[in-house]
Amino acid sequence: MERSEAILKINNIEVKYHEVILVLKGVSIEVPRGGIVALLGANGAGKSTTLKAISGLLKTEDGEVTDGAIEYEGKRIHHEGAAKIAKAGIIQVIEGRRVFEHLTVEENLKVGAHLRKTGSVKEGLQAVYHYFPRLLEKRSETAGFVSGGEQQMTVVGRALMTEPKLVLLDEPSMGLAPMLIHEIFNIIMKLNKEEKISILLVEQNAKLALSVAPYAYVMETGRIVMDDTSEQLSQNEDIKDFYLGLGDRGGKKSFRDVKHYKRRKRWLS
Amino acid sequence: MELFFMSLTTGLMVGGIYALVALGWVLIYKCSGVLNLAMGELTLIGAYVTYTFHAIGVPFVPAVLLTLIVGIILGFLTERIFLDKLIGEPILAVIMVTVGLSFFLKGLIGYIWGSDTRVFTPPIFDIKPITVGILKISPVYLWSFILSIVLLIVFVAFFKYTRWGLSMQATADDETAALSLGVSARFVYAAAWAIAFMSAGVGGALLGNINGINISVGHLGLLVLPAVVLGGLNSVPGAIVGGIMIGLLQNFSGTYLDAYFPGGVKEIMPFAFMAVFLLFKPYGLWGWERIERV
Repeated sequence: MERSEAILKINNIEVKYHEVILVLKGVSIEVPRGGIVALLGANGAGKSTTLKAISGLLKTEDGEVTDGAIEYEGKRIHHEGAAKIAKAGIIQVIEGRRVFEHLTVEENLKVGAHLRKTGSVKEGLQAVYHYFPRLLEKRSETAGFVSGGEQQMTVVGRALMTEPKLVLLDEPSMGLAPMLIHEIFNIIMKLNKEEKISILLVEQNAKLALSVAPYAYVMETGRIVMDDTSEQLSQNEDIKDFYLGLGDRGGKKSFRDVKHYKRRKRWLS
Repeated sequence: MELFFMSLTTGLMVGGIYALVALGWVLIYKCSGVLNLAMGELTLIGAYVTYTFHAIGVPFVPAVLLTLIVGIILGFLTERIFLDKLIGEPILAVIMVTVGLSFFLKGLIGYIWGSDTRVFTPPIFDIKPITVGILKISPVYLWSFILSIVLLIVFVAFFKYTRWGLSMQATADDETAALSLGVSARFVYAAAWAIAFMSAGVGGALLGNINGINISVGHLGLLVLPAVVLGGLNSVPGAIVGGIMIGLLQNFSGTYLDAYFPGGVKEIMPFAFMAVFLLFKPYGLWGWERIERV
């Protein structure tokens, strides 16, 4: 596994909520500088928790990294507060398009500019409108009332305004029309290439995620069960069956044939 | 007719001060969802602080500016000492703490300044009315009004156009999302309390300048509750319009209804009006209705 230098290294972390509920049981992930890494997994696998552990938002939900370490640019960050981590350049785009509903689209973006060190707010806005021309049209509309796709663009644009080094994207495709998903993912790839932003992408849409990210991890019930290049993963029989819906059995199949449980077991051992 | 215009101008001008105090209230509610029941005491403290500065020889306007600074410091302290530990606790608990805070501050004020009515001596502004056309206005009211309008504009501009103001609004809207962008909720709360202290304090100074300073200035501060609720609790323009409405309502009812309902109709009217008004507009004038996407 040859890699360029990692911007983020998660080393075998354990996360507990309320000091008793063990959610992550040893997760290790590496994000190379300027790369895109995808994190796949079913509902409740712990993907969002992983992102929150990195961004520090975990602490607002009474969760805690109890073991292992998260290193960002060589520094341990898992005990820092969320605001400090954001200042260091890690921005999480929370799942579910959390725009500031009562502010306009442009005001939403300006809140992102709050952390900007270099360059003016104006330049930042221009950059965002360059990537998301649609937002320029909607700039003075109340963010709560624009369409879902535009809200997603607002949220990503808002993150872009902070001049982030690493963006944690939590399910950007959720609840959007396929056309829009394509548009947004194209922009995300462009941001990665042109602005040199590293991205850790959480997705349920595995096919899409594997097409965008060259490397991916698969999570199940709080553990990483597989990690490989996207090419290899797309060829993997289990991934095909569980995540891509391309079972080689073909035709109709009953639940009994799938043997979900047994196969998953094999990964965990 | 003269009586009408007099009530109108006085109402308008006192309303301006109410608007200022109401703004402080709205800010705290907007940012943290807390109904700050200690607002009356904040107003009172502002009045006494300005008075103290004035008594040691600082001219009135600089004294008000100094009150602003003291307000920032007290606001930060209050937030850090009493409310910081309550972040994340049920909102009702926090509201009860503000009730406690109000008793505490009231006691503290009595301890420091006593309970005698204090008056700015010599009077800052002339009480004798000046005549503009058919209007007779006391300079006290006029200057208080002008000062409160200037401060209102400053606060609103801060809220609407600066990064900090926008961050405060963002935190009000979605705390977690704001935090994910590096906006620290703790700082925003502290800033909200600081601004609330500032606006209430100056409002208190102006009110105290009109009627003299004693515990009743604190009650006037509480009168702002209907103003805030009318405006819609989390709307800044609502606070301003609500404040002026209450000022007008108070003075008109004092002028015209006092003959029929002697004794205190002036004080009750705003609350009665608020109750009726809410029947028809439960969110107030411009309160946030929850935006829900279907």
